[in-house]
Parts: sequence; structure tokens; C-alpha cells
Amino acid sequence: MRENLHRFFRAARGVGVHVSPAESIDAMRAVKQVGFSDRAILRDSLLLTLAKSQDEKLALGDCFDLFFSQPEPPQDQAEASSENASQDADPPPSSEAAAETGEGQPPQELGPLAQMLLSQDRNAIAAAIASASGAASLSDIRYSTQRGIFSSRILDAMGLQRLRDDLDQLTATNPALAERLRAALDALREAVRDTVSQGLALYAREEAENLRNEILRNAPLARIERRQVAEMRALIRQIARRLRERYSKPRKRQRRGHLDVRRTLRRNAAWGGVPFLTAWKRKHRDRPKIVALCDVSGSVAQVSDFFLLLIHSLHEVVDDVRSFAFSSHLIEVSEILEKNSPEEAMAEIMSKVGFGSSDYGSSLVDFEKEFMSTLTPQTTVIVLGDARSNNLDPRADILRRISERSKRLVWLNPEGRLAWGFGDSEMPRYATFCTVVRQCATAQQLERAVSDIVATYQ
Amino acid sequence: MADQKASTSIEAVQSGLAAQGYIASRQIATAVYLSQQIEKPILVEGPAGVGKTELAKAIAAWRGMKMIRLQCYEGLDEAKALYEWKYAKQLLYTQILKDKLGEVLGGAQTLHAALNQLHDFGDVFFSKEFVEPRPLLQALEQPGGCVLLIDEIDKSDAEFESLLLEILSDFQVTIPELGTVSAITPPTVILTSNSERDLGDALKRRCLHLHIGFPEQRLEERIVESRVPGISQTLRRQMVGFIHEIRSLDLKKLPSVSETIDWARVLVLLQASELDTDIVKDTLNVLLKYEADIEAASPQVTTFIAKAARSNVFG
Repeated sequence: MRENLHRFFRAARGVGVHVSPAESIDAMRAVKQVGFSDRAILRDSLLLTLAKSQDEKLALGDCFDLFFSQPEPPQDQAEASSENASQDADPPPSSEAAAETGEGQPPQELGPLAQMLLSQDRNAIAAAIASASGAASLSDIRYSTQRGIFSSRILDAMGLQRLRDDLDQLTATNPALAERLRAALDALREAVRDTVSQGLALYAREEAENLRNEILRNAPLARIERRQVAEMRALIRQIARRLRERYSKPRKRQRRGHLDVRRTLRRNAAWGGVPFLTAWKRKHRDRPKIVALCDVSGSVAQVSDFFLLLIHSLHEVVDDVRSFAFSSHLIEVSEILEKNSPEEAMAEIMSKVGFGSSDYGSSLVDFEKEFMSTLTPQTTVIVLGDARSNNLDPRADILRRISERSKRLVWLNPEGRLAWGFGDSEMPRYATFCTVVRQCATAQQLERAVSDIVATYQ
Repeated sequence: MADQKASTSIEAVQSGLAAQGYIASRQIATAVYLSQQIEKPILVEGPAGVGKTELAKAIAAWRGMKMIRLQCYEGLDEAKALYEWKYAKQLLYTQILKDKLGEVLGGAQTLHAALNQLHDFGDVFFSKEFVEPRPLLQALEQPGGCVLLIDEIDKSDAEFESLLLEILSDFQVTIPELGTVSAITPPTVILTSNSERDLGDALKRRCLHLHIGFPEQRLEERIVESRVPGISQTLRRQMVGFIHEIRSLDLKKLPSVSETIDWARVLVLLQASELDTDIVKDTLNVLLKYEADIEAASPQVTTFIAKAARSNVFG
């Protein structure tokens, strides 16, 4: 049973409950106290010792139910064999006859598996499946494509080879019994397949999720499918949480560093300059101030969507963000993003400025006219766009002035470096005024870009 | 055999708590039983007023033990939670013993010798007599064990959590001047939290985690029955049904068990035999604590009463 508990802990980790060794020891001790006979009490005990929040309790409860609802071993075996018998157009060997032969007939020379199947000992079969899946280390299953190999491994461990030999022999000597055995084997295969599927659901969840997230993180944002958008949003929220944890910690660095001689002397003037009270030079840290200009035309829109979502979910770290969206003209969207849910906000922004052909020149003019005063020497300006201005005047001079007024000017371009400067791309011309230009097409690149920007303020 | 013992013991816990007027669900009883068996603290989370603090009181009353309560708040520190030196007493004693000290030190010729003699006293002034035990230390010093309730741990600072770790895992505290004080009898520790902030993993790892939510209708009826004996069965059913309807609304603060009990008392005082729209509207402020909530709930009162009455017929 201890084996089972260990497998359960692994399954629990699979559903995202953190089970540390210490917790598993506690759970073991608790289980030792309450025993296995009452499933409800066992469930409560495991929930109490392992799960540490309401969400974890729900997840673990489901996991418990799944784990302890082992698929029933060939329960419809009797029916299957009787069905088979009737298909044979051979009415007499009905269930009674089968039972009779089952008790009397299985000769000694048959292998243990064949005997087990013929005697229809359900518990023995279940136990055999369980021990065979242990031997085949079913808990290592990771991907759904591995189902076949694990099924055959389990069957091999149960002695399929011997059973096949028996079958061959029986077809020659006792066709009726062979038929019955074959039916039982089919049922067994089904049971094993169920066991493996359940194992997959239990043990592979974490791995599958990690894999999917990994793929999603590296997928080009502009081209992800509609059904993945929700998943992507969840991923972005995760990224935001990670960045928040990394950068929102209060840093106690104030009293380190160099003595501030000037302030120390002034403060101790009353004692004739004997430094009773010391004053230290403080590192002055700016709170991040970010101004984001996002192109929301066509191909770039989705990237800006996720970018804005990320920036605005960072409000604990970055408390001063102003966002602007543009395609042919530019508007401020900070308020829309803060008040609405991401879906509504994006819909509203798109209805206001989206779907136009992008005109960087006139958008920059809009910005200079109305919002140039928001830029201070502490501001980081982030422009997100492909710099494809439809051959209109790029007005790079405005970008130069923006760059001069601000701390940094970062350009994030969803297009690869190779495409910069070709066609109507004005990227090389803009790039001269930017502190940093980087490609930003996937969630991972987005995370790195934002992380770098926030890190410069630490 | 152990299995049999476990389920009967859990029932014993349940009935024991019930005798103190605390109707526990099986989950709660299991938690109490396990915490006793494997000597682990229980961390109780849940909305305000579902009886987290009451649980600790009931356990103490049931086992006939003293309850020591530590109410957490922002800025709570070692000196208020664990121990403090009695500075005034130390000062007073040095004054009183001045002569004696002079006598003892009188024989010494040099400063060095005096200092050595002073060392021979040992740390008289930093001994047990001068320690003022605060709740945590008190709990460890109870010879017969006790129930230590650390209330609203989420209100304290993150640093305070770390202070608790030693007590929670080993039932001991270390006082630099005195050494380590271990518990005579390990106390039953109950921590409560309203999830105002997330507690650290280290703390959670050391506890059994029990979440008490709003009780099911049956259980809540039993709770009302045990707490407000004077209430008639029909009224009890109706009011509990009504409260369950109210909880389905999107309110700022949902009424919890303590509000249910208060309301039951109020209804008994007003000698109501049945719920009707007027009496509910007049007493809604017992249940709901925000003006906005009352406004949101008022239009629904009639439908909810009807629903509660209907479920009454079928239930």
C-alpha cells in the first residue's frame, strides 16, 4: 500500500499540488493513524496534510477520486464470453456451462494468466494488472503516444507470451475453450488500455502542460490560433506574476554604500563636527515610468494586445504606465485597459483606432502635439510595431526628439531582423534613435523584453 | 484494527465538540483527530464568522484545557508574543541589592578581580525570574498542555511567521540568554487566517490545512439548533434556507454562521413564528453589514422567502 501512496503523491504533483518530502511523511503518518478502510476519512486526511490552499484541495480531491477509481478489470467478461458463445450459434455452453468448464476444465498445463482468465477471478486479475503496471513503471508515462507501448509492456509483464502459446495449443485441442480464452484476452486488453489511459491522465498532466506551454511560449504571437488565445492569456498572466515576484520585493539597500560626508558634517554641526549621527549616500532608485506606443494595425495587433496586457498586469511593479495605440492616428488607451477586462479593452481599442493602415508619421505627430509633456528623463518609451509605414513620411525627427526627452527608447519589432528595411519598413531609419531595438514575436521574447526594461529601474 | 479505532475516534471527537455546542463536520473532526495523533498544528482558513475561533474554544472546553490566545496584528513582535525581560524588576533588584553587591565585591582588590567575582554570580539578572512569558512561552510552560490559538495570523507581518516556525515544528523556543525551552506537554495549536495575504510555504508546510467554508443547509440547521434552542423547527428551516439563497447573491460580505445565529436570536426575540417579508426587511441589517448589500438584497426578499418555504415543503 505504501507503493500506492507514493504513486498517489506523484499523481498529486502532476495536478500541481506541491508535495514535498516532509509533507509526504506527514501524509504517511496520518494515513497510518486512520488506515485505508474508510475511503472518505482517507480522502480527508490526505487533503488535510497535502493540500495547502482551496484550489489545491479541489485539484487533489479530483485526483484522489481518479486515482482510487481503478478501472474495473474485465467485469463484463462473463457477458462477453456468453455473447461470444451465442455468436458461435452454439447455444448450450451458456454462462452455467462456462462456469462449469471454468471450474473443471482449465488443465494444469495452462499458464497462470490463462488459468486466471478462465477462472474469472476478478480480484486476482486486478491485482495482476496493478503489479504488472508497477513492473512496467506506468507512472513514467508522459505522452499520449506512449499508450501503445505501455499497454504491451504491461501485457508482457502479465505473461502474454505464455498465453499465446496456450492459445495456439488450445485451438488444436479444445477450440471452444480457446474461443473463450480469446474473448477473455480481448476483455483483458481493454482493461489494460483503460488502466494506461488512467495512468496517462494521472501522471502525464504536468508534463503535457509544460510541453504545451513551452510550445506556446515560442510560437509567433501574431499567428496563434483563436482557440489558443485564452491559453496565451493565461500564460501571459503567469509571466506577469513571475515578473512581479521578481521585481516587486522591497529592497533594503539603503544603508549600504558610502558615507555622505557633506550631510554628516551638517547634521553634526551641533557637536562641533564630531560625527555622532552618520548620513549615508543613498542610491536613488526611480520607480519605473513607462510610455508605450503600440501599433494595432493588422499583423501587429495581437502582439500589442499581449504586450499591453502584460504591462498593465504589472501595475504592482510599474505603477506609472501610459499606453497609446495607433494605426493611422494615435489615442491614449491607459484608462480603457485598466477599467475593462482584456477582451473588452482590446475590442474597444480596435473599434477606435484599429483596422486602419498604419501611418507612423502622422501618429508620431499626434503624440508630439498632445502627449510630449508626459515624457520625463525617467521615462522609458517603448514602441511596439513593425515600422511599416506604407511609404508615408516616417517623421523620424519626432522620434529623435522623443528619444532626447526620455531615459530610454526601446523598439520592439515583431518582424525578424531579416525583414527590417525591406519593402516599406522604416526600421533602419528609426533604429538610429533607439537605445535598444529587439525582435519580439513570441511570449518568451516578450517576457525578456519587459524583464529587461523593468530591471533597469532596480 | 487501527482503522476501526480511527473512525470511532473521529466520531468521538465530533460528539465531544457537539457537547460543547460546536457542530463539526466530519472533515473538521478528522483534522482535530489527526492533529492530536501526529502532533501538528491546524491552520484554519475560511471566511469571517464560520467558527474558526470557536473551534479552538470548543476543543479547549472539551478537553478541559486552558486556552491561550494570541491575537495577531500588524507590528506584533517577539517581545509581545514570546517573552520579554522585566526591565523594571531588574533595575529595582540591582538597586536593592546594591549593598549586597558592594559586600561581595568589597574583598576584591583590583578591578579585574571584581569582574571575576561578578562573573561568579552567573547571570542572576538574566534568569527565569526576570522573564515575562508572553502567550507563546506560556503555552509551552503549561504542565497539562493547553490549546494555543494564534488568531488571524494573516494580519501579522511576514517576519512574525518565521518566528513561529520553531514553535510549530518542534514545540520549543530558543531564548538566547536562557537556552531552549521545550514544551512540557505539546500544546494543541490552532492558527486561523482570513486569507488577507498569502502565508508563506514554510508555515503552511508545518500545518494541517483545514478550510472551513459555509456549512451545508442541514449542518447549519443543526448549528442553529444547538446555539439557539428556543427556535421552532419550521422557522429554523426557513431562515437557513433563506440565508442560503442570500449567499448565492454577489455581495460584498456574505452572511456567515455567526450572522445566522444572531439572526435566529433576533427572530426568537421578536417572537416570529414564520418568515415574512416585513420581518425580514426589518431585520436584514442583522445579516448584511453593508448598505449596498442591503440594497442589492431587498428586492429579492420576497422571492427568496417563497423559495425557502418551497424547499421546506419538499426537504
